[in-house]
Amino acid sequence: MSVSYREKAQVLDESALDRALTRIAHEIVEQAGGVEDITLVGIKTRGVTLGQRIAAKIASIEGKKPSVGALDITLYRDDLGLKAEQPVVRGTEIPFPIKGRTVVLVDDVLFTGRTIRAALDALMDLGRPRVIRLAVLVDRGHRELPIRPDYIGKNLPTSRRETVAVLLREHDGMDRVVIQEPSEEGEPQPKGEASEHGKSPRAERGEG
Amino acid sequence: MTWKRKDLLSMQDLEAGEIRDVLDTAESMKEIATREIKKVPTLRGKTVVNLFYEASTRTRTSFEIAGKWLSADVINFSASGSSAEKGESLLDTAKNIEAMSPDVVVVRHKASGAPAMLARNLRCAVVNAGDGAHEHPTQALLDLLTIREKKGHLEGLNVTIVGDVTHSRVARSDIHGMKKMGITVTVAGPPTLIPAACQELGVKVSHRLEEAIAHADVIMMLRLQHERMTAGFIPSLREYSRVWGLSLDRLKHCRSDVLIMHPGPVNRGVELSPEVADGPYSVILDQVTNGVAVRMAVLYLLAGSKGA
Repeated sequence: MSVSYREKAQVLDESALDRALTRIAHEIVEQAGGVEDITLVGIKTRGVTLGQRIAAKIASIEGKKPSVGALDITLYRDDLGLKAEQPVVRGTEIPFPIKGRTVVLVDDVLFTGRTIRAALDALMDLGRPRVIRLAVLVDRGHRELPIRPDYIGKNLPTSRRETVAVLLREHDGMDRVVIQEPSEEGEPQPKGEASEHGKSPRAERGEG
Repeated sequence: MTWKRKDLLSMQDLEAGEIRDVLDTAESMKEIATREIKKVPTLRGKTVVNLFYEASTRTRTSFEIAGKWLSADVINFSASGSSAEKGESLLDTAKNIEAMSPDVVVVRHKASGAPAMLARNLRCAVVNAGDGAHEHPTQALLDLLTIREKKGHLEGLNVTIVGDVTHSRVARSDIHGMKKMGITVTVAGPPTLIPAACQELGVKVSHRLEEAIAHADVIMMLRLQHERMTAGFIPSLREYSRVWGLSLDRLKHCRSDVLIMHPGPVNRGVELSPEVADGPYSVILDQVTNGVAVRMAVLYLLAGSKGA
């Protein structure tokens, strides 16, 4: 049943990843015309880490750090009940009002768009932001919903059978982004995109 | 996540890892209670039936709120005013309810084993909300969540359960759950209300309150049912209260960070003096709050994983 993946290519190394986040931070500040209204909300787990890094960069640019929240989209998934096992609920921590704010959603990989759909619903339940924008480290294509990112670290054409693993120092001991492909022998067809990522050894989530 | 069960019937069945999964999930659910709009779409289109053959306000309401906050449709069925009064058997009633395609049936029944019997016969998930003197697993889970939240951990704690252990499904579930989580459990009460075989569950037994609570991190006071007096288990309520009731005076000999718990409803002035029940050590209302979170977790784990 379980598919093993092997690394196909490295897409971003440590310094390229850092530069991508720096650029995203500048773009966010430029578009918002400052830092006052900005709130970052990372999608668990790696989106939160990326959100914190972007916030630190904004702080070094503008001298003021935007607040960073953590959003768990599990309770808003559209594939609950389709899996044998329930996904782990990790909890949302957004201890500040988002009403009237410019919320920048941050995730590691944008794929089908279903995670972002769930995240938008989850955010709306917490309040009415003035505007929601989307920042992703990697856009790998294959959208299934009309969702488009505002800030992109790297556009990365992939095939559906591949996965993109974002490795971050805080979780994986190093900073890099790699494309993985299923190992040759006995390789089954990837099923839905929702489970595709889950099978990857590194990317524990990030199908959206 | 190790949860693979169709039903939640007892703490005796559960493994430590499963208990931890429920507690972790419940902890995440607590955030929803702090929202202005307390609703997530998770169990949209799922139906939860509360099938209560015994009086209950807290537990039934708690399951109902938990289901509604997760967007499930919750239907309450109580035995009074129903076909049960016309002589329909439990299984027939349950089969009829199943014919209406619920996803979860929450059962409370005076007969031990009634939820297990239904679980064997129904395709939907069954949750034991209290069966006779057997078990009340969601109460034990909310007790564990409350203790973990207040103490930061469970392993190595000392918990003393005081009162009518013989007739208490809460005590039974608590003992099973707490032992699995590495808690040392002491039970204390008059010999008539402590089962003889108690030690076989791996608990210490004490017949002196002062001694039993002196080193406790948590004191769990059980409700004394008034009918125990007429049945001759205790001489009188006043005597019971004097020997086994927890008063401010008695608390002086306890640890300064002791937690006082009670599964409710409290007999004020019998097992707990009002000053203790409302005092700073009491986490009785935290237990109620955590009850909703635990039941949300249980409904999520049971209802969510079934094929849509």
